[in-house]
Amino acid sequence: MSEADSTLEGHATGLSVGPAFSIPTKKLAIWLFIIADTMTFAACLVAYGFLRNGSADWPRPFHSVTNVALMTFVLLTSSLTMLIGLRAARVGDKAGAFRWTMITAALGILFALLHVREWLGLIHEGMTLFKNPWGNGLFGASFFSVTGLHLTHVTGGVIALFAVGMRYRGGRYNADDIEVLGLYWHFVDLVWMFVVPLVYLLNLAH
Amino acid sequence: MTTAEAGKSGGMGKDLVVYLCLLALAGLQFAIAFQSIDTSQMFVRMLAVAIVEAALAVLFFMHLWTEKRGFAMFVLVFTIFVLLAMQYGWTDSTRMVVGAPFSK
Repeated sequence: MSEADSTLEGHATGLSVGPAFSIPTKKLAIWLFIIADTMTFAACLVAYGFLRNGSADWPRPFHSVTNVALMTFVLLTSSLTMLIGLRAARVGDKAGAFRWTMITAALGILFALLHVREWLGLIHEGMTLFKNPWGNGLFGASFFSVTGLHLTHVTGGVIALFAVGMRYRGGRYNADDIEVLGLYWHFVDLVWMFVVPLVYLLNLAH
Repeated sequence: MTTAEAGKSGGMGKDLVVYLCLLALAGLQFAIAFQSIDTSQMFVRMLAVAIVEAALAVLFFMHLWTEKRGFAMFVLVFTIFVLLAMQYGWTDSTRMVVGAPFSK
């Protein structure tokens, strides 16, 4: 080993004092991403609330909660199936872990389809990004921004579920990767808990 | 206890209970939406329920409860600080409704 190599190795040893907070690096990375993404969603929801609070004619276009209730049920259930998949991966049940990961992905697709149905219904009633038949034109922009950002996360999550699930089955990924993906999926579920009351339930037509 | 150890030792029972609690709390949010109260009261109640839901999800579904205490504190303190820091604009949004001029 050259002197340069041993010096580099010495540096590396000196810097490698173990992962931060004694948790695996991949898990720390996804947590940092989740914290950063929390800020993104919080900024969108605060901006939405600011517009709603500052507008005298904010629209209340939702006549039924059936679709959004179904979407909530589907997303919450997908979190449970994700947990079951992780538990199966932890005990080495590869087939079970793959099956539950795919079930989670299927529920994610169902959620996305219900979401698109909700959007198409509103668009059919005349809502666009900048105008709607009910009141303040900013409603469309803020509604599509907040729910669109969430739907993008769900879509990305579904793709990740398929990709990680396939690689886990092929032996390239392990249970830790399922856990990291699960953290992301639960976060998407968590955000929905704030989107539903702020964007849908507070805008019910009474 | 690490998350991995927690995953091995715990049963599905706790996850199922948390899931049912989350469903019940989500149902409570929908029930609040049909109460005859003003929007600000409705907002406060729904937000309170959403915060409880989020806490349950983070602590038990995302296993923060079984992570190292230092890490859990890092996540909580950092997130809460930034969320609170975003609340400075509300008074101005109220000013927009009542049409009060900017302060000079």
